[in-house]
Amino acid sequence: MKIDRRAFLSLSLGAAAGTAISPVPWKLIDDSSIWTQNWPWTPVPPVGKVTYVNSVCTLCPGGCGISVRKSGDRAIKIEGRDDHPINKGGICMLGLSGLQLLYGPTRIQTPLKRVGKRGENKFKPISWNEALDIVQKTLQPLREKKKTNELAGIFGTNQGTVFDLFSRFFQTFGSPNLFTMPSAENISAKGLEIMQGVNSPISYDIENADYILSFGAGLVDGWGAPGKMFVAHGDRKSALKQSKVRFVQIDSRLSNTAAKADTWLSVKPGTEAALALGMAQYIIKEGLYKQSFIKRYSNGFNAFKEFVNKEYTPKKAAEITGLDEEIIRFLAKDFTKAKRPIALFGRSNLENAGSVQEFMAIHALNALVENINSPGGVWAKPSITVNDLPQASIDDIAIKGLSDKKIDPDTDDSSIRPHRLIAAISKAKESPVSVLMIAGANPVYQLSDQKSVLKAFEKIPMVISFSAFMDETAVKSDLILPDHFYLEKTAESLTPPGTQKPILSLQKPVVKPLYNTRNTGDVIIKMAKNIGGSVADAFSWSNYEECLKQRLSNYWKVLQNKGFVVDNSYKPVKLFSTESRKFEFTGKSKSFDFKLASIEGETKRFPLILIPSDSIRLVADGSQTPPFMIKSLEDTVLKGNDVLVEINTSTAKSLGLKHNDTANLGTPRGKASVRVNVHDGIMPGIIAIPRGLGHSAYDDYLAGKGVNYMSLIGPVEDTVTGQDAAWGIRARLSKA
Amino acid sequence: MSTNDQNAKNETQQAETACSSAGPGMITIFFLVGFAASMIFGWVIFPELLYSKKHQPVNYNHKIHLDLVDNGCKSCHFFREDGSFSGIPGLDNCAACHEEVQGESEAEARLVEEFVKKGREIPWLVYSRQPDCVFFSHAVHVKKKEMECSVCHGPIGQSTTSRVYEENRITGVSRDIWGKNIAGIKKHTWDRMKMDDCAECHAEMAGKKDACFVCHK
Repeated sequence: MKIDRRAFLSLSLGAAAGTAISPVPWKLIDDSSIWTQNWPWTPVPPVGKVTYVNSVCTLCPGGCGISVRKSGDRAIKIEGRDDHPINKGGICMLGLSGLQLLYGPTRIQTPLKRVGKRGENKFKPISWNEALDIVQKTLQPLREKKKTNELAGIFGTNQGTVFDLFSRFFQTFGSPNLFTMPSAENISAKGLEIMQGVNSPISYDIENADYILSFGAGLVDGWGAPGKMFVAHGDRKSALKQSKVRFVQIDSRLSNTAAKADTWLSVKPGTEAALALGMAQYIIKEGLYKQSFIKRYSNGFNAFKEFVNKEYTPKKAAEITGLDEEIIRFLAKDFTKAKRPIALFGRSNLENAGSVQEFMAIHALNALVENINSPGGVWAKPSITVNDLPQASIDDIAIKGLSDKKIDPDTDDSSIRPHRLIAAISKAKESPVSVLMIAGANPVYQLSDQKSVLKAFEKIPMVISFSAFMDETAVKSDLILPDHFYLEKTAESLTPPGTQKPILSLQKPVVKPLYNTRNTGDVIIKMAKNIGGSVADAFSWSNYEECLKQRLSNYWKVLQNKGFVVDNSYKPVKLFSTESRKFEFTGKSKSFDFKLASIEGETKRFPLILIPSDSIRLVADGSQTPPFMIKSLEDTVLKGNDVLVEINTSTAKSLGLKHNDTANLGTPRGKASVRVNVHDGIMPGIIAIPRGLGHSAYDDYLAGKGVNYMSLIGPVEDTVTGQDAAWGIRARLSKA
Repeated sequence: MSTNDQNAKNETQQAETACSSAGPGMITIFFLVGFAASMIFGWVIFPELLYSKKHQPVNYNHKIHLDLVDNGCKSCHFFREDGSFSGIPGLDNCAACHEEVQGESEAEARLVEEFVKKGREIPWLVYSRQPDCVFFSHAVHVKKKEMECSVCHGPIGQSTTSRVYEENRITGVSRDIWGKNIAGIKKHTWDRMKMDDCAECHAEMAGKKDACFVCHK
């Protein structure tokens, strides 16, 4: 028998027929479709027992309650806590994407020691014992040589137990050089101290006010407690038809907040407070203010009146702000007609808020309509009292160190002027600081005048970072003692910015620490114990949690069970704590002092003004913006690796630029290549650049994209507090 | 007729002879051989190749346990407070009785030594686990519609040994989803757990097959 072509074809035909009525093709089609829907490389949470852990989000100071869903040991979803008084179930993009940071590749997994050149990002993993040994060998000689003031520190905030431990360490060690990153809360606290005699940041009863006049506050762009602001905005929107609440936004660009307002008035950047004074002049002149209140309960009114009559008539204010004089008068009338009007201070998301004088100019409006310390008004932010740490005794070495020359001569307990530390180091031949510790901050990215920052970091012999992430500052460190991330540790969260009721929430570990990290609180206690003597004596706790429990002992049980303490019945006391027991328009000085905050650069060389723009989609405080948020940016903000700056159509025309064109942006402090986003949502002559881009650290989704706004500006000191209050800088833009 | 023509005719005849060497009979036989071979491959060898065979970490006897516990299936397969279902009971359920080795069975010794004493969860292979693209809630089916366990899971409570777990090499899904019968023919409701089987019951209960996102979230 010979197998020929026909036989072969016949065999194949038979096989095909047989296969067609066998399960092979049908089962394989089915299986491959199931396979494509469940690709093994698609990350899927492990199957496990589902549990929920309640905690607080501390990715920003907003203090939203969160509920984290876990499957087995893995956290798989962060949601807003329905019963939390701040966010009532809401959550922002950042809070939602916290798990991308927790499980992401930028975490520091173990203590690291630099082996390459500084900034080269070459580190060697070491053990905690080794790391603490290095710290001890660095710090002990400072004590022995009685040069303890050569230790300096930069901390992210001046609140919370870890900061208190840090501050205690500096005090008992003997260094007066502890710095914290400044915030708008420092400005308004100082302003309220002058005007109402209480050193506490301001809070606004936004939910109950019926006229909200916001002087540049980005109420839905990350201002205050963003979760709370979203809820308030949602409530206002859903009640819009029946509601008589008016919301007026003063903003030099069409921010998201301006877009959501009933009225948007565009003023020249930096002149918001001049508008407030112009309104005040008209209100006083027309007798629209609460005369009996002003007469009985205020001081310095005449000086204020005299000042605004002379300097800030609506006509003059119109010239300064660029608004129509008639609009200023109308706004003044409209504001006083409302029952519970509030004038809000704090530009954008509160990080470039303004000066104390600007605060006082705006807050004077609240006094003129007598809307202070009453529902729907404004008052000093209340807090729930926690126990102080017991008094620490300090030895002679520390006393000497604390009385030695301070880098910032105005420092009390800690300084809110880290730019002075940078200036002092970068200008000196030899760094006055031999050891710099940094926790909860990313100064290499966050501080302006970047050239000096880099120069200063070159000069400091030893930089110790407590960062949980490989950020720009950690890269420039010699030793990294990584902290746990917020989902891995216990901490307290105090009343968030702008919140009118006292709240204390407990942040609880949601997952076990993923890596070989340690709570910075524990590390400080250990550092103190290693140094011994009175430093060790001041840290008698066996660990950080014991110290935290002691501080929160009055509420510990409630915090453990419920997660937060809130005083819902809180009402402000109708009382001013100033010496005169009256509202002070001018403070202790006899005349009202006001100057618009200055701006760096010559008009001739730099004809335009550069201002930052804030968005809820970008983290601007030096921490990482997670990929989820970066991917949500429109291509009018970020296109590929290029940032787009906003300019007006007429500005673009005069510069010969078209939408998306590449341009060179220059300021007295730096230059950058950018693209332009041409639209009419911004005044002519202004350039707005998004904050939060231009990172060199973190992951591929963020690093190398856009320009860091801070690399283009320098510090401008507030006349009262001395903290950096720069709101912009002069700039030029030219076609590339 | 020329010589050339003669030659051509001869060649044609030869060709015909060659063809008829595999005449119509032979062609049929070849067809049948091919047909039979692919049928055997498809129905017998293919299922063997497609599924790998795995054994449960502990040989479990449902029947013995069911006779001993008070609360029937619910003794171990219960609803937790949050509404989730303890389809695969945690180790603490076992440990409640099996803290020490009882009896002489090998499986018992293994359970206690390997898992209970070490506090390790038993990595059970779940016969009825749906792929990850399927959302399934026991609470809706069992509590709200009061379905019996056996409607989907069959008389598993009467089994005395853990049968071999067959895993699809392509999808990683248990063979129980497609069903033991490779042709997909079922006699009982619990023989298959494919989408059509869910839809069949959904159609009966709801009058329609239901929308995709009811199960595919």
